[in-house]
Amino acid sequence: MDVLTHQKFASRNLWSGFLFGVGLVGFIDETVFHQLLHWHHFYDRSTPEVGLVSDGLFHAFSWFATIGGLFLFADLRRRKVLSVRRWWGGVLLGAGVFQLYDGTIQHKLMRLHQIRYVEHVYIYDLIWNIAAVIMIFIGGILIVRSKVKKDFSL
Amino acid sequence: MNHVHALSSVFSLNIVIFIIAIVLYITAALITNRTYRSWPRSRYFFWIAGVLITALPIIGPLANLAHLDFKAHMVGHLLLGMLAPLLLVLAAPMTLIMRTLPLALARQLSRILKSKLIRFLSDPLIAAFLNIGGLYILYLTDLYMWMQQSMLLHSIVYLHVFFAGYLFTISMIYIDQPAHRTSYVYRAVVFVFALASHGILAKYLYVHPPTGVPSSQSESGSILMYYGGDAIEIVIITILCYQWFRATRPSFAEGI
Repeated sequence: MDVLTHQKFASRNLWSGFLFGVGLVGFIDETVFHQLLHWHHFYDRSTPEVGLVSDGLFHAFSWFATIGGLFLFADLRRRKVLSVRRWWGGVLLGAGVFQLYDGTIQHKLMRLHQIRYVEHVYIYDLIWNIAAVIMIFIGGILIVRSKVKKDFSL
Repeated sequence: MNHVHALSSVFSLNIVIFIIAIVLYITAALITNRTYRSWPRSRYFFWIAGVLITALPIIGPLANLAHLDFKAHMVGHLLLGMLAPLLLVLAAPMTLIMRTLPLALARQLSRILKSKLIRFLSDPLIAAFLNIGGLYILYLTDLYMWMQQSMLLHSIVYLHVFFAGYLFTISMIYIDQPAHRTSYVYRAVVFVFALASHGILAKYLYVHPPTGVPSSQSESGSILMYYGGDAIEIVIITILCYQWFRATRPSFAEGI
């Protein structure tokens, strides 16, 4: 395989994981925190409209990304160019980035809704955002390490 | 008394239209089976289900409830504007029409489908505007209140919701051979923005009910619109991605 094709599939591995990661976090947020725990509110009455727009865009994007990411995964498999490590790196990176955005910009800055309606919500915020940073960190390591191995079983 | 009379005649006219739609489809499929390959069974199911689901918000108890309750109206909206068009599109009616019509007529129809007007209307962006934009006008102006008072306006809104939903669906997924194709990336991007606009409007209605709707009804209607929309859109996304996946399958020439 030539260098260009190699790069193309290397980045497709990353994108497939990234999209699926974004979708996965969106899905967990919706099912676990909205529907099962009922910690998140559908919509706070005080939410400014920019929060609504951001929520709508990210919700739609994560919905599409989950399915699109999985089809990309299937595409990598049928071409036999899947790098599991790089893919998981992408998943963690996507999940972490979206969770960090959700936990800082959407929850705090745009005040879409809080993680939970209790006192000391900052403890929840801290755990939420630290978890996001850890995911980004581990995802980054996986991606970099899959890059070092130039011939990652393509 | 006159009003009731008018209502019942419109009611029976609708039933006749729905029955004709089902009978025509099945007859056409059975007749053309003699000359072409057998029409897939699943498509009969999609068509019948699609027609029945189109009928639900128009005749029967749901239609009556929708006048009184915003949540019932929203169920009707999801069925008429999203689920029914999707099912009908899956039944590939245009393909069936093409193989049923005599050659000369089929050619004429295909010329119409290739026209600039159809190209314009079936462009994903235009179809999305007609579809979602129509909803913004319906719920954010007094149109929703007016349509409850005028039979004519009510029918026009329902027709628009249905046809805009159908147009949007055929602009995204290709079951019938489309006269004008657009790229997968373009469709995907337009789709994400259309779905986002739908969700944003749904949440907005949570606290800003249309004129004349009590807030308790707008809250449950809003949640229904948000998640109901998701549930149906996921099918369209999957079909779109699957068609994309099929179209980009590696050829032997690529040597992988």
